[in-house]
Order: sequence, then structure tokens, then C-alpha cells
Amino acid sequence: MQIALPFSFRDRHPGRVLPGFGLTGGFTLFYLCLIVLIPLSAIFLNTFTMSWEGFVKATTSERVMASYRLSFGAALIAAALNVVFGTLVAWVLERYEFTGKKLVDALVDLPFALPTAVAGIALTALYAPNGWIGSQLESLGLKVAFTPLGVVVAMTFIGLPFVVRTVQPVLQEADREFEEAAASLGANRLQVFLRVILPAILPALLTGFALAFARASGEYGSVIFIAGNMPMVSEITPLLIVTQLEQYDYAGATAIAMVMLLTAFIMLLAINLLQAWTRRRGLAEA
Amino acid sequence: MSGTITTLPTFAPAAGRLEQAPSALEEPRWVRWLLTAAALAFLALFLFMPLAAVFAEALRKGWNAYLSAIVEPDALSAIRLTLLTAAIAVPLNLVFGVCAAWFIAKFEFRGKSLLITLIDLPFSVSPVISGLIFVLLFGAHGWLGPWLQEHDIRILFAVPGIVLATVFVTFPFIARELIPLMQSQGTEEEEAAIVLGASGWQTFRHVTLPNIKWGLLYGVILCNARAMGEFGAVSVVSGHIRGETNTMPLQVEILYNEYNFAAAFAVASLLALLALATLALKSYIEWRDARAPAPQHRQESRP
Repeated sequence: MQIALPFSFRDRHPGRVLPGFGLTGGFTLFYLCLIVLIPLSAIFLNTFTMSWEGFVKATTSERVMASYRLSFGAALIAAALNVVFGTLVAWVLERYEFTGKKLVDALVDLPFALPTAVAGIALTALYAPNGWIGSQLESLGLKVAFTPLGVVVAMTFIGLPFVVRTVQPVLQEADREFEEAAASLGANRLQVFLRVILPAILPALLTGFALAFARASGEYGSVIFIAGNMPMVSEITPLLIVTQLEQYDYAGATAIAMVMLLTAFIMLLAINLLQAWTRRRGLAEA
Repeated sequence: MSGTITTLPTFAPAAGRLEQAPSALEEPRWVRWLLTAAALAFLALFLFMPLAAVFAEALRKGWNAYLSAIVEPDALSAIRLTLLTAAIAVPLNLVFGVCAAWFIAKFEFRGKSLLITLIDLPFSVSPVISGLIFVLLFGAHGWLGPWLQEHDIRILFAVPGIVLATVFVTFPFIARELIPLMQSQGTEEEEAAIVLGASGWQTFRHVTLPNIKWGLLYGVILCNARAMGEFGAVSVVSGHIRGETNTMPLQVEILYNEYNFAAAFAVASLLALLALATLALKSYIEWRDARAPAPQHRQESRP
């Protein structure tokens, strides 16, 4: 990428008053390349040195496939749970009044602020057979910690703010007149929710789902403590990458990383499209 | 928790009247009560109780054990390394964030949305992969590995690697906070200053900075929280050398895996306090910022 010099650009844009185009642009591109693009390209270039057979073998072995199923499957369940409960939390925070609402609202962001390792050991302590919640579930015959269910719990925690924070502003700005119109036309509250409110928040809901899913599928710190990490059963894909690195299998680790990276890019693309849709919806209604 | 629920029926009097004439605009009181209770129960299971568990486990063996776990030499060295890492990563990304926001918000050029997407890239990469890329670059079999070994420079399994991985992971925080903010403010004020004869730096210092200072602070505290708390990426590049390359989250992991739970939760409680301080400061800024469009901020907190 070429770094622009200030004067060459000033000539082409004589109307530009503000200084710093070359300086800030040059530094932005330089720093972006140095910190993000060059290091990330290492994955791609290292993958291209592998043979196709080697790549396929490294990314589709039985143990790796089991880890995809767990990472993406659990992330899917966790994101779905967050859609249901995230909408509920956003609804309650926006539409109802109760004591301590401000505090609850602020704490929703906790999974963003709390280091993942701390979240991991806290959830494990809580959901382990001798923990506050785990012991209760144990008596019901339900094991959470050190099973795939524990992975879902950790991923639900980590994805919790996404749906709440994408749906909340939409609910806040939604025009109550549509609800009133529907009500005056004889719709009951459930019909109003399903026919008026739900379609309005749907793009935000999907964005939140995609964000939560993307975050959960790559999550490492909060999951590895509660998962139990048994190969084929409760071993997530990021952990498998770490394991292969520890065994100096750089090619294997890179190949799996490449698969995860491609999935992440597809998710990023989907999220960008969803957000563009949300914005268009917002403009159309305004 | 139960306290919160019992005080629920303090709905506005108007709502009470609506309830009597069955309306499709408000849910009946019992539905509101039930929904609030369900939301709070969910948050209790997944948010409040884990947070409480950190402090309960940390203090399980009493204050003295807690304090001695924190002043233990390895823990102190982990705290020092964490502070050092954040002290390097945050200012670097701060300078970048301001530059990128100025570039994107104040000028028109092609490929702007691509640039914004690229800046966001580190958010969509799994933390483990964020560490792996630096292993591929600087590891013994990496691109620069042999050259580094020849010149006896240690990056991987040493402090520079930890700092680099942290800079990568926290790269977008300040930029993505400032870009929409500065875009919404336009360029008129800065242009006026330049026309009146101010230099570029004077314009930034006296015109732009006062306008963006809260957004800047907001980005800095989120960036700092992530820099101090990053686990996956740092874990891959650190090499886990006790007292040397362990940050606080890694120290938590080591202590936990040694079944030294009280000490692990003691160090973890410091990080939890950091998280709570971050949230408090964040809420304060949002409250101050309430006049400006808040929803914009909300989505920016995506890590």
C-alpha cells in the first residue's frame, strides 16, 4: 500500500482546507499494515505453502470435526438463547420501571469489561457440582460444568450484551403510534408484539444474533475452564489450535485457524449487510 | 434480588388506569411482573451470580489470605507486567485512533468504508488466532524467527510479544469510538479555525479535542479494560514463564490449574474490580453525554 505525501494530494484537491491528510492518512495505513494486515497475512501465506491434501487432512480429521461441531453448535445455541433472553432484557429495560434499573442496565455490559479468564473461573465455580448453582442442578440430575452444556453457559455469558445492546436503541426509538394504531384496530397485545414490534426489531435482532454467534464461536478464555476439554466431547476449536501449537504442529494449527478465519470473515460480511439493512429500515421509518 | 422484585408494583398511576380498561398498549400488571422477574432471573444466573462468586471465592479464606495472595511476588510481577502492557498498548492505539478518525472524518476519499472494515478486523478474529499470527511471524520456524535468533532478540515468549498481541487485540477500540463521533461533528469548526490562521496542531488542540474528549476517554477506558484483561492472544505468545511473562489473567489461570483457588480468585477479584470501575466510568460518560445521540455509543462497545 502506498503512503501518500501531502503536497501531491493538495494539488489534486485545491479546495481542501484542513491540514493533515497525508500525515494522518499515511500513519493510519502504515500502522494498519504493520499491526493488522501483515501479521494476519501470515496465516494466508503459511496456508498456501501447504499441499491441498495436507490442508484437507488437517482441517477435517475426526477430532477437528468434533471441535467444529461443538464450537459452532454451542455458539448457535448460545446465540439463540441470547436472542430470546436478550430481547426480554432489552424490553424490560426500555418499557418498564423498577428499582435498580440503571444499575442493571450498566451491568449488562459486564461480559465486555470482565476479563474472559475471570468469567471462566467464576462460571466454573458456580456451575461445578459443588457450586451454588451446580449443586442445585446436580440434584435434578443435570451436569453443566465439564460437559458441552458448560460450553453453552460460558458462550451465553459472553454473548449476552450483543442482542440487548442492538435491540435496545431500536425499541427506544420505535414509534408507539404504530402500536396504538394496531390496538385501535382491535389487535391484542400479543398480536401487536408479533405483528408490529417484532418486525421492527427483527434486523437488530439478527445483527445481535450474528454478533453473539461470531464472538462465541471464537471464544477461548471463558470456555476452557468450564468445558472440561475432553477431546471429541468438550474440546472447542480454539483450544485445538493451542494444543497443536504446543505440540509444534504449526501447519495443523494454521490450517484450522484459516478455517476459523474464513468463517469469521463470512460472519463479518453478514453483520455488515445486516447493519446496512437496519440503517435503511431506520431511515425509512424516520 | 427479591428486594428488586417486591418493589415492582410502583408503576405510574396512568398505567394502573390503563390496566382496568383492557388495552393493547400495556401488558397486564401480572405480565409485566412476570417478564421483569424472568429477565432478572436470567441476568442473575448469567451475570450477577458469577460476579458475586468471584468476590465470595476470593474472600473464602479470609482477608489475610486474600492480601497475602495479592502481595505474593509472582502476583506482583504479573500486576506490573499487566500495567506495563496497557501503558504501551493504550497510548499507541490512542495515537492511531485519533489519526484514523481525523483522516476518515475530515477528508473524502475512495475506499473509506473498506478502511473502516479493515480497522474493525481484529474484533472478528478469535483471540487464539490473534496470538497465532505472531507465533507465525516471530517463532523459531516463523518468517523472522531465524534472523531474530541470530541477533539474539526475543519477541515471542517475552514482553514484546505480549505487548504486540495486546496492541493487535485492542487495535480498533479508540478508532471506532472516534470515527462516528468526528464524522457527526463535520469540519466547519476546524475550517473556521484554519481560515482564522490557526495551525493544524492548534486547531486540533483547541477546537477538535474539546469536542471529542468524552468519546476519547470512553474509547480509552474500554481499550484499557481489554488490554489488561486479554487472555487468549497473550496466552499463546507468552510462554507462561512465572514472574516474567505472566500477565494477571495468565496468573489467574496458573493458580487455578494448580488448585490454588483462593489465590486465583484473589487476583481475579482485582480484574473484576477493574471491570466494575470501567463500567462505572462508562456509565458516567454516557450520562454526561446524554445530550448527544447515545445509541451510537451503545453499539461501539462491541469488543
